[in-house]
Amino acid sequence: MTPDLARAQEPGRDHDHQVVPSDPTLRVKALESLLVAKGIVDPAALDALVDTYEHKVGPRNGARVVARAWVDSAYKQRLLANSTAAIAELGYGGEEGEVMLVVENTAKVHNLVVCTLCSCYPWPVLGLPPVWYKSAAYRSRSVIDPRGVLGEFGLKLPDDVTVRVWDSTAQVRYLVLPERPPGTENMSESDLAGLVTRDAMVGVAKVSVRPQGNHV
Amino acid sequence: MNGIHDMGGMQDMGSVRPEKNEPVFHAEWERRVFALDSALDETNRYEKELIPPADYLRMSYYEKWLTSLIETLKKTGLATSAEIESGKAVGGIIPGRHVLSVAEVAAMIVPPPEANVPITAVPRFRVEQRVRARNINPMGHTRLPRYLRGKLGTIERMWGVESPWDRDTEGRRVDNKPQPVYSVRFTARELWGEQANPRDSVYVDLWETYLEPA
Repeated sequence: MTPDLARAQEPGRDHDHQVVPSDPTLRVKALESLLVAKGIVDPAALDALVDTYEHKVGPRNGARVVARAWVDSAYKQRLLANSTAAIAELGYGGEEGEVMLVVENTAKVHNLVVCTLCSCYPWPVLGLPPVWYKSAAYRSRSVIDPRGVLGEFGLKLPDDVTVRVWDSTAQVRYLVLPERPPGTENMSESDLAGLVTRDAMVGVAKVSVRPQGNHV
Repeated sequence: MNGIHDMGGMQDMGSVRPEKNEPVFHAEWERRVFALDSALDETNRYEKELIPPADYLRMSYYEKWLTSLIETLKKTGLATSAEIESGKAVGGIIPGRHVLSVAEVAAMIVPPPEANVPITAVPRFRVEQRVRARNINPMGHTRLPRYLRGKLGTIERMWGVESPWDRDTEGRRVDNKPQPVYSVRFTARELWGEQANPRDSVYVDLWETYLEPA
């Protein structure tokens, strides 16, 4: 193991970013100036891209899809039968969500989404992926040891629950429809949406009545 | 290419460590790299796969984006190494190139009208048919992960028709002929042997050319 790899695996490292060298700030500034001067990027469009994926698109969209499916059984049927169209009903779609498949968790089936080759992720409903989703540990082990990976997220599945892992290798992007937690029968659709976490929609967590608040 | 990026099934990458309250971006330069790369829309995934393995594992995600963006600019002739180092354009404005606009960014998150893509190819396989993932080892870019090659699976559904995204070592698409893409189910036992839970499966979307009859 190289010293750098050993360093990257030290306990207490929260995420991969601590191994970034210090110069990207200057390099990227120079690159942007260059491409603007060449007239091949519009700085206003760059700002719009950042604003869109930092503020306008994110897991709140997916949470609204999930909550609607929980309260409206006809919508849920459409969502499972033609996911892309049902998601578009709520106004979500576009880049990295051109073909969607929603997979339903039940008491006996648990779904988990990964992209072993890189970072494919359903942008319109979840936004950009978190660092752990793009990490070597998650990408490599989700397919061979999904139950072990789920255990690292604090989710222990009984042996008699079927695990389905979805490896996003082509154009299809996946969203997990989590189980509606018990004790939520009287909650409104918007309150239900407030319970739904990103992690539950990737399949590494369940939805609980009191969300932990750690993972968006 | 049998590269480090194709890591499905490896076991020595440590544990998954989610970051609490993770922001979308961790630094301003990450925002700008994301935007520059998305706006130019020139970088293909193969360019990231060409990053040497030790660097690939060490780099953060957006550092890989920055590296592949720079390589792409050089290869496409959009910028020279000297220009990238200095940040100063030598040749002036590059004419005749489409420049992504603010309006086009707004359209990126709007669902397009439902496309009714005609099925222009006769599917070779039917749902529930047993298939084997071919044993191919191309040097370019492929979407057939190593852990599936030679393994038996079952066609679960057909997604439609699209040209494969495979590329040769020059980054050129290798097959522009549209062909069916299938969702194929592989049991965990088939992939990983007796240690796997017999109930578990991995579902993977595969182009027809990756498959042969079992």
